[in-house]
Amino acid sequence: MATILVVAEVQDGSWRPANNDVLTAAQKLAGDTGHTVNALLIGNGLDGFAEEAARYGAEKVIMVSDEKLNKFSPDVYAAAVAGAVRESAAAVVLMGATFTGKDVMSRVSQILDCGLAQDALSYRMDGDRILFTRPMYAGKLLAEVSVSSSPVLATFRPKSFKPEEKPVAVATESLSLDLPAPLSVVESIDASGGDKLDVTEADIIVSGGRGLRGPENWGILEELADVLNAATGCSRPVSDEGWRPHEEHLGQTGKTVSPELYIACGISGAIQHLAGISSSKFILAINKDEEAPIFKAADYGIVGDLFEVLPALTEEIKKLKSS
Amino acid sequence: MNIAVCIKQTPDTTTRVKVGDSGKNIAEDGVNWIINPYDEFAIEEALQLAEKHGGEVTIVSLGPASIEKTIREALAMGAHKAIRINAETSTHDPLVVSKALVSVLKDGGYDLIFMGRQAIDDDQGQMPSLVAQAMNLPCVTVVVELNIEGGKGTARRELESGYENVSFSLPAVVGANRHLNEPRYRSLKGIMQAKKKKIEVVEATLDAPQMVVESVSLPPAKQAGKIFTNGAADASEVVRLLREEAKVI
Repeated sequence: MATILVVAEVQDGSWRPANNDVLTAAQKLAGDTGHTVNALLIGNGLDGFAEEAARYGAEKVIMVSDEKLNKFSPDVYAAAVAGAVRESAAAVVLMGATFTGKDVMSRVSQILDCGLAQDALSYRMDGDRILFTRPMYAGKLLAEVSVSSSPVLATFRPKSFKPEEKPVAVATESLSLDLPAPLSVVESIDASGGDKLDVTEADIIVSGGRGLRGPENWGILEELADVLNAATGCSRPVSDEGWRPHEEHLGQTGKTVSPELYIACGISGAIQHLAGISSSKFILAINKDEEAPIFKAADYGIVGDLFEVLPALTEEIKKLKSS
Repeated sequence: MNIAVCIKQTPDTTTRVKVGDSGKNIAEDGVNWIINPYDEFAIEEALQLAEKHGGEVTIVSLGPASIEKTIREALAMGAHKAIRINAETSTHDPLVVSKALVSVLKDGGYDLIFMGRQAIDDDQGQMPSLVAQAMNLPCVTVVVELNIEGGKGTARRELESGYENVSFSLPAVVGANRHLNEPRYRSLKGIMQAKKKKIEVVEATLDAPQMVVESVSLPPAKQAGKIFTNGAADASEVVRLLREEAKVI
């Protein structure tokens, strides 16, 4: 029976939440195509992760372990994925559109000479064909794309599917492959700021612009983020000025995000910024200029002094959470 | 050091995107074409390395004659020469484009091949990895810091929540991210010199695409939001709406 193979990502010893989103997409696609969902786990120290994949509906988990996979290398990982795809005769191969997923699946596309729908937000069936919707121009345009090769390769943007558990019995299969020596290796990972939330996987993002007037004023924004358990982001001028680390920069030349709630504080809403946040489910804008373009993109807005509005929001949310 | 930089001509980031007559791409009337912004970081890094280690920077770009204006922009920054792969760029399939780029790059003897981490039109972010895989080269994408010394490189690669420090040997492919450097302005002298620099034209036939854009559309227009104008006094009402209407907190 044809399978949908989900390449699950374990980064720095942790199961990435995006895996659950992609496994959920795979479950739905399995319902539409009659295929079964398998997962692929690559690397070492994978104990316990097969259970995670089975919790989200992977009926079989293929495990590829090899000492060449001790340190992450996109070339060896891609070779492992391509090898597993050939062995498993998958009809569809999916991975999260994380930086790593996009890199690995691009290489897989070249190895297998197959088309890749990158960074898809959703899909629909057109007869037997899968049409993927993916953003272009940082979301200013949506494209429906088809992939004619077999297998079909696609990456889904984190948060594009809400994870739904579908526990099945854990079944694993070890696969040994003849892998090439790595061409590059990850020597170390510097996680930013301890347990800080990943902005691309956060449900809520509180983001600041030039309206905050300087890096010393970020406390009120961080307090709001804290009570909401939100990640923090920023506009391009803020990152260019060095007020905030550039990994927080959201927009057309920064990260594109799709949270449930995006709170824009003192961000005017340049077209490049709006492009990067347009797939947010809800947008709350706070700005003193009622003509700011951000209000046109917002579901909710407060025109006012953010130095007063942000602490007031923090207090109201604290009250709500304690009631 | 022999360096290639692959660039793509894209619409300016301020472009108000409209759907074109084909329904499969944007309307190009009134579009201001620029070097893909990420590619400018790639060009700058290549120029700095050539200035430090000696050597030449070659711009490689695929498209019809009309992209030569954009190629000249890259030459005006200081790149030494350029190769234009003559092909229509109507395809969105990066796998197809990668094969055409590799057909030129493979014979160039390049120590480093730079490009932007992604083009801001199609936003696929595949090209560095595709080219590297076809040439069996190491590749680091989304690079914010790069050190090249003695035939080896180390790169700092941006992740969603931190950075990876990656080591590799040359030749290699690097996908440049914003913040890798500060791209230089084109000087008047540079612009004048660029007019005399050679753009070699190479013919290419593209394979049939396996990833096809069937249609494009503008995202659904957003309904007018609920905007409150009393500042902090509106906080409790907005929090209530976020909880009870949007159900996001």
